[in-house]
Amino acid sequence: MPANVPPYVDKNVPAYVQKLTYLESLEAPPDQRGPGYRRLAARAWSALWPIGLAIVLVLAVWQLIHLSGWKQAIFPGPGAVLSNLWHQAQTGLLWHAIATTAQRAIIGFGLAVLIGAVVGALVSRIRPLRAAVGSLITGLQTLPSIAWFPFAIILFGISTQAILFVIILGAAPSVANGLIAGVDYTPPLLLKAGKMMGLRRLSLYRYLILPASLPAFVAGLKQGWAFAWRSLMAGELLVIIANQPSLGVLLSTDQDQSDMASATAIIIVILILGIIVHSLFSLADGTIRRRWGLTGQDS
Amino acid sequence: MARQVSSVTVTDRRAAPPVGGLRESVRLRSVSKVFGRGSSAVRALDQVTLEVPPGEFTCLIGASGCGKSTLLSLVAGLEQPTSGEVSTGGGRVAFMFQEPALFPWLTATGNVELALRARGIGKAERRRRTAELLDTVHLTGFGGKRPHQLSGGMRQRVALARALAQDADVLLMDEPFGALDAMTRDVLHDELDRICAGRRLTVLFVTHNVREAVRLGDRVVVLSSRPGRVIAEFDVPIERPRRIDSAPVAELAARVTDRLREEMSRDAS
Repeated sequence: MPANVPPYVDKNVPAYVQKLTYLESLEAPPDQRGPGYRRLAARAWSALWPIGLAIVLVLAVWQLIHLSGWKQAIFPGPGAVLSNLWHQAQTGLLWHAIATTAQRAIIGFGLAVLIGAVVGALVSRIRPLRAAVGSLITGLQTLPSIAWFPFAIILFGISTQAILFVIILGAAPSVANGLIAGVDYTPPLLLKAGKMMGLRRLSLYRYLILPASLPAFVAGLKQGWAFAWRSLMAGELLVIIANQPSLGVLLSTDQDQSDMASATAIIIVILILGIIVHSLFSLADGTIRRRWGLTGQDS
Repeated sequence: MARQVSSVTVTDRRAAPPVGGLRESVRLRSVSKVFGRGSSAVRALDQVTLEVPPGEFTCLIGASGCGKSTLLSLVAGLEQPTSGEVSTGGGRVAFMFQEPALFPWLTATGNVELALRARGIGKAERRRRTAELLDTVHLTGFGGKRPHQLSGGMRQRVALARALAQDADVLLMDEPFGALDAMTRDVLHDELDRICAGRRLTVLFVTHNVREAVRLGDRVVVLSSRPGRVIAEFDVPIERPRRIDSAPVAELAARVTDRLREEMSRDAS
């Protein structure tokens, strides 16, 4: 590994300094980077095999329950559900529904992040605002967002706006709180160092406080996403808009028609979507942690 | 006062005339600092008067709780004195802490560069100066590493490069080598000597290691504890290059230690 070779030989540098630098480089934590594609493949494999194992286990238990005959008439086995899912995937309806739901998720969560970040930034910096709004944000965070639906439906009617409104109210407080926590926990020593360097106000914010609060902000995003996704599903079950198929609408139709195989297939789709987005956040989180040396393996 | 006769040996860098006009010294006049109020008030510093001439390397020594770090914070302008006057004559001040205090999201290069960027230096110039500074602290080839990928000594070197990047007139150092092993510390002492010799830096170096103070300083200032007060000053007329284990350093360190002990036993009684 390159770090373990003396970095350079320079006649102007005393030999003992070169030796010490070399020894220090040995003491420094080793680089764990292999070639890019290999590292990626190794990481993908280590992330995927537990998931594969879990899926196999779930399917096995499910099949066993099905074989045991419990509520066999209405409770389908994995075979029936997966083939139902396969058939639905051939129709445009499922994809249309996924597109509608994904669009709402992206718009709703995007707005929540925007609003949450702005509110968080203001509240974290302006003292009186913080006294006034700080605890309110935490209160909103603990309020189950489904409680907002009657309010939203009265306000916006049976419409996409009602759903987006609830998503934003569900997710934005977590995003704001993440940013506030990050700003609060900027290590005082780094703040001192930044001030001594001559970083002031905006530059202090841009080069020190914002990057320092990134891990907490990402944690806030992750939690905000979880709330947004729940609010969205609740919304799509409660606010059913005609001629606008969404995953919630499909589920609710299945309920009306007692179509258990289809309902289970849709749940699987929702689960997969949630896992994909969650792993994107975990990826971002992991990247930051590795860069900062916050993982156990690196330091 | 155990003020020793100076001017026996004047180090070469003090003999040189000021380059580029006046470089200001650090001046404290009857500075007191009280933390808290009423019965829980703690007097950290009491009537401290201290002057560090331009280009001098002054070591502050004292038992823990003597307000050494407070004194540096006052000079840095991070805190305001309760009474008295602190001045660096408008000179730029850089600070090196016991921990490297590097930004973990930046590489070694990025950390040094940020100090240059804060001073509004352009990109090309920044790149050139950063490479130069990393070379000065013997870290060429490690610029791309993040702090957690470096050893303790290397991190402190990056911190030193970052402090130098501020092109300050006054360098404040708060036990910067306190957490390092003796070998690494020894080498960093040599490097600090070499770096200071090339610049007219006024240094205020806080330590609780008497030998380190004598090894590095042009002058050693002894503070008492609770409240911190200047109780003695020793000039260090030992020719450079010095070694921490040489006889003259050990001999003077013993005298400083005696003075410190005397102060402590006075405290205890």
